[in-house]
Amino acid sequence: MSIAPTLLSVEGLSKSYGGVHAVRGVSFSLKSGEILALIGPNGAGKSTCFDMLNGQNVPDTGRINLLGEDTAGKKPRAVWRLGVGRTFQITATFPTMTVRQNVQVALVSYGRQLFNLWASTPKYAQEEAGRLLELVGMGGYAERPCGELAYGDLKRLELAIALANQPKLLLMDEPTAGMAPRERIELMRLTAQIAREKSIGVLFTEHDMDVVFEHADRILVLNRGTLIAEGSPQEVRRNPQVRAIYLGEGLLYDASHHDGAPA
Amino acid sequence: MAFYFVQFLTGLASAASLFLVASGLSIIFGVTRIVNFAHGAFYMLGAYVAFTLTERFSGAIGFWGGIVAAALIVAVIGVLVEMVLLRRIYHAPELFQLLATFGLTLMVEDLVVLIWGPSDLLGRRAPGFKGAVDFFGQNIPSYDLFLIALGPLVLGLLWLLFQRTRWGVLVRAATQDRDMVAALGVNQKWLFTSVFAVGVFLAALGGALQIPRDAVHHAMDLRIIVDVFVVVVIGGLGSIIGAFVAAVLVSELNAFGILVFPKISIILVFLVMAAVLIVRPWGLFGKAEAPARRTPGLTVNPWRPLTSNERLAAIAALLLAAALPLISGNYALTVGSEIAIFVIFAASLHFLMSVGGLASFGHAAYFGLGAYGVAFLAKMAGLPMIPSLLLGPLLGLAGAAIFGFFAVQLSGVYFAMLTLAFAQIVWSVAFQWVSVTGGDNGILGVWPEPWAASPSHFYWLSLGIAALSVAALRVIVFSPFGFALRATRDSPLRGEAIGIDGKRIQWTAFVIAGTVAGIAGALFAYLKGSVFPDNLGISLSVDALVMVLLGGVETVSGAIVGAVVYKALNIWLVSQTDLSKLVLGSFIVLIVVAFPKGIVGILETLRHRRRSDAPKPAVLGIESAE
Repeated sequence: MSIAPTLLSVEGLSKSYGGVHAVRGVSFSLKSGEILALIGPNGAGKSTCFDMLNGQNVPDTGRINLLGEDTAGKKPRAVWRLGVGRTFQITATFPTMTVRQNVQVALVSYGRQLFNLWASTPKYAQEEAGRLLELVGMGGYAERPCGELAYGDLKRLELAIALANQPKLLLMDEPTAGMAPRERIELMRLTAQIAREKSIGVLFTEHDMDVVFEHADRILVLNRGTLIAEGSPQEVRRNPQVRAIYLGEGLLYDASHHDGAPA
Repeated sequence: MAFYFVQFLTGLASAASLFLVASGLSIIFGVTRIVNFAHGAFYMLGAYVAFTLTERFSGAIGFWGGIVAAALIVAVIGVLVEMVLLRRIYHAPELFQLLATFGLTLMVEDLVVLIWGPSDLLGRRAPGFKGAVDFFGQNIPSYDLFLIALGPLVLGLLWLLFQRTRWGVLVRAATQDRDMVAALGVNQKWLFTSVFAVGVFLAALGGALQIPRDAVHHAMDLRIIVDVFVVVVIGGLGSIIGAFVAAVLVSELNAFGILVFPKISIILVFLVMAAVLIVRPWGLFGKAEAPARRTPGLTVNPWRPLTSNERLAAIAALLLAAALPLISGNYALTVGSEIAIFVIFAASLHFLMSVGGLASFGHAAYFGLGAYGVAFLAKMAGLPMIPSLLLGPLLGLAGAAIFGFFAVQLSGVYFAMLTLAFAQIVWSVAFQWVSVTGGDNGILGVWPEPWAASPSHFYWLSLGIAALSVAALRVIVFSPFGFALRATRDSPLRGEAIGIDGKRIQWTAFVIAGTVAGIAGALFAYLKGSVFPDNLGISLSVDALVMVLLGGVETVSGAIVGAVVYKALNIWLVSQTDLSKLVLGSFIVLIVVAFPKGIVGILETLRHRRRSDAPKPAVLGIESAE
């Protein structure tokens, strides 16, 4: 892991709204092929952090170095061009197109054909789109109208769209929110597998601690805008400060240490 | 100096009525989310009813009582309209609401002429405010001073109403989140009705108060509604203080604009509006609009290119249309040419609306610019027909490039209002700049060359260009650009996240649509042999909207069917009745209420229903945003 190049390094990221510090001095880094979870209670600043990385929000101060470029304040589409795929907490897809066309649009954009007025999109990169859909297990749904999909399938479609520009980094905001428990585990297993195969770095936020502890290589814990802990799942689980924050929620119950009472 | 001060006061006095109407529109929009196009019609009705009442009852009590009674009577009419019509379409897409209220406006215009006659009516002077005040040798009508005082007074009363009464609290709450207010057990129906009544009352009062200053006539509705749209775009929809500030600003710009650019004073207002939109896209006091909601229950079948059979059928239909000169006379061919031209026009708007999700309420501007482009080239530069036809639409392109740049910064109702205001500005320039455009007299003698002059030749020319335009637009719909445009419409968030610059895509689409509309306009100039300001007027813009909606927005080819049906019906209707606006308005309202999917949309639904072997489970609309 140590040989892997650093994809993303964040230094002193801050953002405040009025007098409220949503994010304060957050620094971390992420390597190729690494799966990093960003957790914290509601209002901890996870989404603000995410939106700044993605370019949807401009940080007050701090540096975001993505693949050697300073991306703080750049537009989402510019960040995407650098090789960042993004999925949203509430899925964002194109409901009036078929599943395959959803992926094809992303491929059209990746191929810089957006202002082509002549070619036929339904025929554009059909196989490539099919391959991406196979990869996320949606091959059988390619010709279905996207608006008819169940929510879990939309999440998988989003993953296929996010993979269309052969990203080096995936930003996934609550990738399993709103899914059934079995679907959650499947989707994260799939994501982890793809990430390892293609050595894509993954940064995700998540409320489901089972998903976090099972799949994350490393965990960042955010509380009230500041980073209070960072480390492997075991380290974070034992961290007294983290326990204090989650006290009473029972979320850090550790099945492997059955003798110890939940914090 | 005194002169400028008086000019300033005149501006302030004009601002009073404008503020009343604009605040009414803002309040109604805030709660019901309906942009009430008929607001101008209520303003006009207020003026007419007040005219009748003040003529009937003399004296100070008769006059002032008449003004207030007129506003109340019109408010009652407004309540009836709300209960009968609007309650049915609160959940329809915004576009349909705008269109339904526009249909209402058309109906009122004809009804007003039917009741009060077509000529201008001069109202009484206000008792107690008949004189003028001398100010360093300049006269200031004392009624103007009354209006200047009235504006802030109404603003204060509205503030008290909204801050100090239970009803006001409910209205403010509903403006922020009407579903939450409904969940708290407030009777939403009556809240909406009462808000509508107050808004209409303000509009009618604004109209009634105008009668001592201006003649009452049956076109005052469109004149005020454009000013009001400009005011709410500058001030921000839903903000009353914004309406006040912007009304003063716009009125002052009008008052002084006449001194600076006597011919094209409206340019000044446009420049200020453009500046405001760049700095604050939602107006000086407005807030960003929530994303437009999708029509519930309207499942969209993804579009597909024509199959080879369907392509053959299209070619057969074209050949059939091309055979028309063999069987019919010259009149039918002229009508046929006009229909072909309107197919081009409707298809261009349909492209913008269905693929781009951008409902332009001023698309005629680019049609008219194309027509004027041809007229300039043919009459002034003396170019032959083919170069004129090719270059004339470039004026439409230029107009679309300039206005489109600003328009695509906004979306939904703001986009609609802005495009309407732009079109009206172009119309005013064509109307006022007599030395170049000939003003109301238009430019005459734009005749086709001999090879195209016979009705059958011109028909074939129009049909050919229509077929090419429609085919070109279809190719674009299925091109990568077309998909990028649809992607931006479907989910701007996702589009941006996969590298699509939505604004640039939409701007390009606007320019394409404007250019194609310009082509239609260029042909139209040769068909009619003349160009008039009406060629870029509001009613033409609305004709195009109705054609698109009649055919069905969520279809690829609806515009063609819509244009053929509507234009044929329209030409027939105008030859049959003097009340074409009344019939047309009722027709529009009927379409919106009864057939929101349009003709082709209904056919497709039926075909789809028959085709699908097993009934599918009800599809839940999955929203990409809350």
